[in-house]
Amino acid sequence: MDIVVMARILFGSSLGFHIIYATIGVGLPVMIIIAEVLHYIKKDSDYALMARRWTKGFAIILAVSIASGTIVGVLISLLFPNFMEIVGQVIALPFQMEIFAFLIEAVFMSIYLYAADRLPPVLRFISIISVALGATASAILITDVHAWMNTPAGFNITPDGSVTDVDTWAAFFNPSFGVTAIHVTLSAYMTVAFIIASIAAIRLMRRGLSTKERNYHKKALTIALYFGAIMSLATAINGHETAQMLHEYNPRKLAAAEGLFETTRYAPLSIGGYTSLEDQRVKYAVEIPYALSFLAGDRLDTEVLGLNEFPEELWPPLYVHVLFNVMVGIGSLLIVVAFFAIFWKHILKREFPGWLLAILAVSGPLAMIAIETGWCFSCIGRQPWTITDVLRTGEAATKSSSVGFLLGLFLTLYITLLFITGFVLRSYFKRNPVSKDLDAAH
Amino acid sequence: MEASTLAITILWSLLFIYSILGSLDFGAGFWGMIYGKNDQTSASQIANRFLSPTWEVTNVFLVIFVVSVVTFFPFATTLLGSILLVPVGIGLLLLTIRTTFMVFEHHTQKYRELMRLTSGFSGLIIPALLVSILPITLGGFVDFKNDLPVLHYAELITHPTLYMHIAFGLSTELFISAVFLMDYSKEADDWSAYQTFRKHAIWLGPVSIAIAMLTIGTFPTEANWIVENIEDNWLWFGLSVFFFIIGYTLLFIKKRDGVRGWSRLAVTAIILQYGIAIYAYGSAHLPYLVYPHLTVTEGFTNPSTFYPMLIVYGVGFGILIPAFYLFWRLFLKDRRYLKQP
Repeated sequence: MDIVVMARILFGSSLGFHIIYATIGVGLPVMIIIAEVLHYIKKDSDYALMARRWTKGFAIILAVSIASGTIVGVLISLLFPNFMEIVGQVIALPFQMEIFAFLIEAVFMSIYLYAADRLPPVLRFISIISVALGATASAILITDVHAWMNTPAGFNITPDGSVTDVDTWAAFFNPSFGVTAIHVTLSAYMTVAFIIASIAAIRLMRRGLSTKERNYHKKALTIALYFGAIMSLATAINGHETAQMLHEYNPRKLAAAEGLFETTRYAPLSIGGYTSLEDQRVKYAVEIPYALSFLAGDRLDTEVLGLNEFPEELWPPLYVHVLFNVMVGIGSLLIVVAFFAIFWKHILKREFPGWLLAILAVSGPLAMIAIETGWCFSCIGRQPWTITDVLRTGEAATKSSSVGFLLGLFLTLYITLLFITGFVLRSYFKRNPVSKDLDAAH
Repeated sequence: MEASTLAITILWSLLFIYSILGSLDFGAGFWGMIYGKNDQTSASQIANRFLSPTWEVTNVFLVIFVVSVVTFFPFATTLLGSILLVPVGIGLLLLTIRTTFMVFEHHTQKYRELMRLTSGFSGLIIPALLVSILPITLGGFVDFKNDLPVLHYAELITHPTLYMHIAFGLSTELFISAVFLMDYSKEADDWSAYQTFRKHAIWLGPVSIAIAMLTIGTFPTEANWIVENIEDNWLWFGLSVFFFIIGYTLLFIKKRDGVRGWSRLAVTAIILQYGIAIYAYGSAHLPYLVYPHLTVTEGFTNPSTFYPMLIVYGVGFGILIPAFYLFWRLFLKDRRYLKQP
């Protein structure tokens, strides 16, 4: 296999592995804050227990997240040294700020985890808020570098490849920074809400739960549904802005996402199907007339550029249409699920039937799939560039022939760790079931 | 001071901080493993009590160091990335295994023994890998083939200096951690652990200093430049040895309550010993990052990016000072934490 391809697979799988844990690490502290606040307002010890149990899970997840984040942070310099050479000159700032955000998260996480019972309530609350702020700031700052790769700004590059006219803040506030950072943050919050909903739904599907246990899980499910509903709706609204940003700054990526070949006014939106190069259109798709033009420019007659405006060698792989659809499809589905469940429970005032719990049980894994396909879409949709229109992936990657050896080792590590984390979480919560904690609390 | 000199000074400071924190971290992991099954002393509990809240913070300092290298010296990434891909890659792999197993061990009943051994032993292998980077930068092990930098593994692996560097790294790691954990045990009023760590500090001290001196003798001939610089810097290295002698002597002096060892002062002296040695070594390493291929000025970023980064470092650490203070109060000072059953 080509060294560049192997370097991409190694880095892509590292990021794909890390993002699972990182997403949970960004969202879970916010859920813990909500539980702490509800405990303070309602004086219901169930919420305190919830915060405590989520913190335990968070500690396990965070260990893998920190370790894999360290891998990603170091590996990017090793695998894409020519890319980092430009990064170091132009967009170093968010990288460094991210470390301090990470440090704040690490320090306060230890404090919240190992010293909560020795702290006055105010300080304990400040600790968990700092954890959440540190985690979210980390995500936003790293996303800044990713956004800059998509819409580079703040420098010029001479034909021989040297960087000139660096404007650090123009690079920092590059055109897609705002929308992309919000997208990553909201979708992480949303995903964790649905993961919590999944766990609660799976528990509620069991027979023979005590009333206390049942109430505990119902409360968790309610928090998750409301938070998930709000966040998924907000993600969708922001997703619309992201599409408009693509239309303005990255029309090639938007064209690939939608499988649009010819530049079109009144462009339809193709949902589903796959992009066929021979037929120059998306096959087996449902088309919504005018919808793409409307999404891109808020007007039905917006002109949307097609792939044929660009040389074919600069097209991203056409399958990004599928990745894009999976992300958007799951996102939309989860909005419906969350609002329907809330309607069922709080307007109709009925108990959740088994089939609805079963749907909720898969919502968490689905949201995680949307996160993964979203990242894949954003990174593969940028190909053949690492920095759009500046640096090709083939030039950015290492020439070292040892990449294949490392690829085998790391893939084994990731698969093993996925299983072990699952095993450890299961074994821990099996030995410490809710019923035991509830009995201890009363 | 030139901007690039300032940058390399900050980098060496971060290296100093990480080498101390990393020594404590990996050392504590190792001692925790060694005494894990020993009922005579609570050395293992003490080591783990220190390790649990601190490993995340230590890990961040490793990342700070790497990010600082890349952002201060972006023109060094191509060379460093190519030659260090495999050693650093394997180091990352082991670090991940160590970190995750260490945390998993606390949360599961099964396979505890396996996880304990894995995380303990990787606490020796990772520092060995990290310290192996030092001889690579001295000259003789890196060449260019078709414009691509290559590391000569065969020559490196058969060269005695690699093993002396590793021995130096490990003896230092264990010495620093033993002296520190001795003081930590005192803070926890745990005298059995105190004596255990004191015993190890007493034999490790002379061993580590002897190995450090012998290591310089094994430098490859290509590294004569740095040996000359080290000889020119003899005053600083002499001062470092002086602080070692002070710190080591303090391990034997009786206090008023009859217990031997002024642990707090000893830790301070030993940290000063290594601080001075690291800066002296760092200045002897100038002007090269990797001899003879890359100098500090060649690797340095443009000043217009550098100064905003300096502000970020200043503000970042400034914000963190109260957090570090709270952290220290809770985990290194608070007897309710130190003396838990």
